[in-house]
Amino acid sequence: MRAVITVIGKDTVGILAKVSGICAEYNANVIEVTQSVLQDVFAMIMLVDISKLNTGFTALSDRMSELGKELGLSIHTMHEDIFNSMHRI
Amino acid sequence: MLNVYDILETIRMIQDECLDIRTITMGISLLDCIDSDIDKACDKVYDKITRCAKDLVKVGEDLEKEYGIPIINKRLSVTPIALVSAACKSSPIKFALTMEKAAKAVGVNLIGGYSALVQKGFSAGDLELINSIPEALALTSNVCSSVNIGSTKTGINLDACKIMGRIVRETAEKTVDNNCFGAAKLVVFCNAPDDNPFMAGAFHGVGQPDCIINVGVSGPGVVRAALSKYPDADITEIADIIKKTSYKITRVGQLVGVKASERLGVPFGIVDLSLAPTPAVGDSVAHILEEIGLEKCGAPGTTATLALLNDAVKKGGVMACSRIGGLSGAFIPVSEDAGMIDAAKSGSLCIEKLEAMTAVCSVGLDMIVVPGDTSADTIAAIIADEAAIGMVNSKTTAVRIIPAIGKGIGEELDWGGLFGCGPVMKVNTNSPSKFINRGGQIPAPLQSLKN
Repeated sequence: MRAVITVIGKDTVGILAKVSGICAEYNANVIEVTQSVLQDVFAMIMLVDISKLNTGFTALSDRMSELGKELGLSIHTMHEDIFNSMHRI
Repeated sequence: MLNVYDILETIRMIQDECLDIRTITMGISLLDCIDSDIDKACDKVYDKITRCAKDLVKVGEDLEKEYGIPIINKRLSVTPIALVSAACKSSPIKFALTMEKAAKAVGVNLIGGYSALVQKGFSAGDLELINSIPEALALTSNVCSSVNIGSTKTGINLDACKIMGRIVRETAEKTVDNNCFGAAKLVVFCNAPDDNPFMAGAFHGVGQPDCIINVGVSGPGVVRAALSKYPDADITEIADIIKKTSYKITRVGQLVGVKASERLGVPFGIVDLSLAPTPAVGDSVAHILEEIGLEKCGAPGTTATLALLNDAVKKGGVMACSRIGGLSGAFIPVSEDAGMIDAAKSGSLCIEKLEAMTAVCSVGLDMIVVPGDTSADTIAAIIADEAAIGMVNSKTTAVRIIPAIGKGIGEELDWGGLFGCGPVMKVNTNSPSKFINRGGQIPAPLQSLKN
């Protein structure tokens, strides 16, 4: 089972570190990261393995939203199934 | 591997274009709760609803977080209460109060099924239930009621039309302190579907399993945004874009429905392929029609564009999910759609045009506010007109109109939230009383020689 974490917002130091820190805390293994900064806008898509999480998936999702609020960023944690359903036949 | 563009498209649909799951509705059969002692029957109803639906809201909220998509409503529909109350001697009001109590206990916002099916006549319990609707809807806040008065196979029960004209008015009168809100929870159907997840017309039909999960999707904003990227496309391309977008929207409905049914241990019923608007900016069906090329909804061309939209939504959605049902199509509730409200206020959209629109799309005259002095017979005749469109075209049609007691043209009723705000619309005041008071049954239409 994998999830996609997307982070969009104003670029600051340490965004990637904080997001991956939380992944480590919940035992979500980072598989792939795509990141870019365009005109001060930070955009990152992170694919993580959530099959060995040490809590429920909703706890991770809540924690990421909380981090988003703290940093003034838009952070979404979504199960990969929604993308697979929508974009593949 | 997931494509970055696809990921961002999904997030944009949810964040900026108001894509959401409009409702997860659990249908529960109450046939095993029938008892000649109404108190015993009500206890059984309460126990069954709270037992079946105890985890519904929690599962909905979990799915919302896991998939990052809002699930706006968690709702219940039950067996038409007239079938359950038929064995009891006393007034069925107690069932409405029990439904309300059970709905509050499990945390859902609406419960549908205070209903009767009288398309060919009244059986025991039907008239008692229908006559109790005004009081039931005034005494409860989350109970919804519907009455099926016609079908393609049976024709239209004109006696029931007449009664429902009176009941709609009485319901509005009884809730006049609350903006006549009772009438917004009352639907009169022709060809009512028995697996509809949408309120106020949801009920759990008699051929359904004991308990089932039905899902209604939404996403007019997504369709409009997709069309706005192709300002010069011809109409065939427009239909293709709508189909593709509808496919994506419906896939999410299918995913959420299947997961909800797995977790609740209840069979998955259907996805209702709908475009259900809300009064929020960017969530309007009328704005899609305007995007296709109308200056304002209601202009000549509205029926044609709506027919194309409705058909393309179904074609896209059918491929996206395993089972389809409910009302499936574009909804055109006036008070619940920012573009419709605008068009009605500006005078571009009138009831007669809305009636024509209902011939080519889902549902019918929905959430329309009419002057407070509109007579019961006129309302009955509007119901009969709309039912005739459904009967002849073998489709569901419904009437949910709200007489604004004490108000006239130029005023409005504002309920806020999903129900929105409706301007009072002009009604033709020539009397249909002689026709309505004839009573009887309009015979079922011929199904061949179609012209």
